[in-house]
Amino acid sequence: MLFAIGLAATLIPLVLLLILGVHVVWTGWERLDLAFVTSFPSRFPASAGILPGLLGSLWIVSVTAIVALPIGIGTAIYLEEYGRFTASPNGIRFHLARVIDININNLASVPSIIYGLLGLEIFARTLGFGRSLLAGGLTMALLVLPMVIISTREAFRAVPRSVRDAGLALGCSRWQVTRYIVLPMIWPAVLAGSIFAVSRAFGEAAPLIVLGAVSYVDFLPGDLSAPFTALPIQIFYWLSRPQAGFEIDAAAGIVVLLMTLLGLNGFAIYLRYRYRTAA
Amino acid sequence: MTSVVRLSSTVVVTGFLLAAVWTLGVVVVGGCTTRRPVIAVDGSSTLYPISEALAEEFRDFGLAHVTVGVSGTGGGFRKFCRGDVALIGASRPIRPSEASDCLAHDRDYIELPIAYDGIAVVVHRSNTWVDALTVDELRRIWSPRTGTDERVERWSDLRPGWPARTIRLYGPGLDSGTYDYFTKAIVGSEGASRADYTSSEDDNMLVRGVAHDPDALAFFGLAYYAENRDKLRLIAIDDNDDSNGVGPVAPSLETIRSGSYQPLTRPIFIYADKVQSRRPEVRAFVNYYLERGPRIASEIGYVPLPFDAYVSVRHDFWSGLGGSRFGGQGSTIGVSVEQLLAHSERGRPDKAMAPATW
Amino acid sequence: MADTPTSRRERTFERLLLACASVSVATTLAIVLVLVIETLRFFAEVPLLRFVTDVEWRPRFAEPSFGIWPLVLGTCLTTVVALAVAAPLGLLSAVYLVEYASNRVRRILRPTLDLLAAVPTIVYGYFALAVINPFLQGIIPGLATYNPLSPGIAIGIMITPLVSSLGSDAIDAVPENLREAAYALGASRLATIVNVVLPGAATAIGGAVLLGVSRAMGETMIVAVAGGQQPRLSLDLRIPIETMTAFIVRAAEGDTPAGTLAYRTLFAVGTTLFLMTFTTNLIARRLMRRSRLA
Repeated sequence: MLFAIGLAATLIPLVLLLILGVHVVWTGWERLDLAFVTSFPSRFPASAGILPGLLGSLWIVSVTAIVALPIGIGTAIYLEEYGRFTASPNGIRFHLARVIDININNLASVPSIIYGLLGLEIFARTLGFGRSLLAGGLTMALLVLPMVIISTREAFRAVPRSVRDAGLALGCSRWQVTRYIVLPMIWPAVLAGSIFAVSRAFGEAAPLIVLGAVSYVDFLPGDLSAPFTALPIQIFYWLSRPQAGFEIDAAAGIVVLLMTLLGLNGFAIYLRYRYRTAA
Repeated sequence: MTSVVRLSSTVVVTGFLLAAVWTLGVVVVGGCTTRRPVIAVDGSSTLYPISEALAEEFRDFGLAHVTVGVSGTGGGFRKFCRGDVALIGASRPIRPSEASDCLAHDRDYIELPIAYDGIAVVVHRSNTWVDALTVDELRRIWSPRTGTDERVERWSDLRPGWPARTIRLYGPGLDSGTYDYFTKAIVGSEGASRADYTSSEDDNMLVRGVAHDPDALAFFGLAYYAENRDKLRLIAIDDNDDSNGVGPVAPSLETIRSGSYQPLTRPIFIYADKVQSRRPEVRAFVNYYLERGPRIASEIGYVPLPFDAYVSVRHDFWSGLGGSRFGGQGSTIGVSVEQLLAHSERGRPDKAMAPATW
Repeated sequence: MADTPTSRRERTFERLLLACASVSVATTLAIVLVLVIETLRFFAEVPLLRFVTDVEWRPRFAEPSFGIWPLVLGTCLTTVVALAVAAPLGLLSAVYLVEYASNRVRRILRPTLDLLAAVPTIVYGYFALAVINPFLQGIIPGLATYNPLSPGIAIGIMITPLVSSLGSDAIDAVPENLREAAYALGASRLATIVNVVLPGAATAIGGAVLLGVSRAMGETMIVAVAGGQQPRLSLDLRIPIETMTAFIVRAAEGDTPAGTLAYRTLFAVGTTLFLMTFTTNLIARRLMRRSRLA
């Protein structure tokens, strides 16, 4: 009995998601064509497109990746390679690593809108970047940083200590062990985790709205300091308009969003699978 | 060793893919955009459909990029006085506090009437019991809470035969000129209203709220009704003043133009920043606004001024005539076209007005 | 350490990596600093007493009112609805996955469930507004366009995989010998689960549920799209409300230049939200640590 209930409970959310998927594709299908992806928003739902939003999102994700990946992977390396295996359990390195460890877990559970407020105050106001792509990208980088760190650390933990010890025993320095022995073993897993984290930045809208992404932009951002919009924000904007045509546009936008994420995450899953079979 | 080779080749391929995406993005972006000047427009949600349509058409001229925000008339004026925007849409004239704010920031403005709007009071299309409301009933619904007055919560509180269900209220937010004008016209002073309603500067949200709620009542610019006629029912308003029309009057092209839809008929404006108007692309856009705007306005559901009125307005812009017709006093009820075009009694309190030197 | 080129490079790398690691610490400090500073500035203008004792939230009206409770209540309403969906579904699913499912089924189902969590929240917002709400309006009389029920259900579906996954870990961690002992005494599978496994995992399950709560409280886009913009003190699930997160988004969309009360109001509400989610997370993690599942 419990078996049946449990199975049902597991399947219900999946079924609902399937219903959602079918509804979205069914509704948005008529608007999905090349014109949709290459046009600007318009007051006529039938000719509205997502070009500025799509490119804005791509730009933001790029900035996010460029900033968050090196810092996140660097942090993970520090925590795993330098923080864990130090000789003295009471040394400063150890305590530092513990503090950072707790800190990261806290950061991972902070609501995304708080990051928006942080970005608003620090990047947009104090540092003077204003309502720009740069501020948006930096804010999203901070948002996904904990996820990059956590997933990279998991990848590092999969490597047995003996491998590192062997390297050290052969006279390698710690950095050499990390760079030449451990990292090559786990690159795909690190990359997969990074892609998962960065794809989060593609779908998040709340921090960007707080930062000041506009909903009506009919041109493409020329550089990092320009006003910008993002795909989820355009969808949000269309959802707030009552005309049925815009609901169709929103559905079509969601299809594009989901397909992009499916592509990204699918690629990451493939990487993870290849890593597992290769290891 | 082969596994390492395989893995590193995966990495290389991935790297190339990401680089390709990035480059593609940059190329597409760079190719599609030459560095064009930006004209920032903001302000009233009532004017927004007009501004949006004109911005879209103006794009084809390739002169400038126009961004249109919806911060409401109040929010728009704040940004305007700070110098953040070149043009704002306003569904009420500038207020004393805003006029002095602009003075403090040394901003000269040119007030340009665009059209007439009748604020529409709407309910859900399945609402069959309301056909008309008096100004008095509207006042009772929307008045702020004072200790002794009885509050109108249900439809039956207004008239006995009506359903005993709670009225679900939707209205523009506090930065909205429509809100300011409505409260002045109905309740008696700008900004005086009850607080327990769904308030939003985005009129689309209000439309959506009413469209799916049989007990809802809302007010917003007529254009938003016109675009959603299939979901909403328009309520006629009776102002108990037979001089401008006997009985309840519903907003329409005729009743607004003739001035019989009172007190909710009002002129809507754009305010242009004098200094920014020196930029050729801004001048071109304002000109386009004044030429094409009336046509768009009537398409959308507003009532354009008489044709020669626009000649006069264009002349005002080109001669840089600053100040407000209403002496910076904010919402004024019952303004006729003649009053709108009067050239006397204009000006800001203490700064002398010089015509602009283009 | 000898001052060789290698060791110098070694130290440089270590410092570089330490710098990377300190970014996350700096982020936490920055969040706390920003929230505290702007909130203190807010309370310089609006006394804390008003924040806590006013019964309405209308910060911009002519006679403003700054009571935070309507927003907090709005957040709680959506969270409770989300929990009503996610707790049973998540836990039952966790029980199924650990106790009943075969390895192969589990390997397919768990990642598929994780897929639910990877869907962007704006999509769930669309779900709430365009699918769930119209459906419910046919069943529940008087259900308004915006209400806490539809987004609450959508949030619940979104956090089910979180509860399920953490719950699975919790149930998995119950030592096998406890189950064996129960079987040895003749208990059925159902009885074992109910009387031995679940009580054993109770603390960790509590932690899992609380983490779901915290996630639901911080959710923004779903409630911004479907929840409404009318802060009020009411338990009626059918009428528009406003959550803390929806308020921040809505207010930030408008005009909030730095240094104004409107700007600081964002941070006052943000701090309240942060405190609520942080406390919930703290308790959750303590619960999970107590069951030795850190």
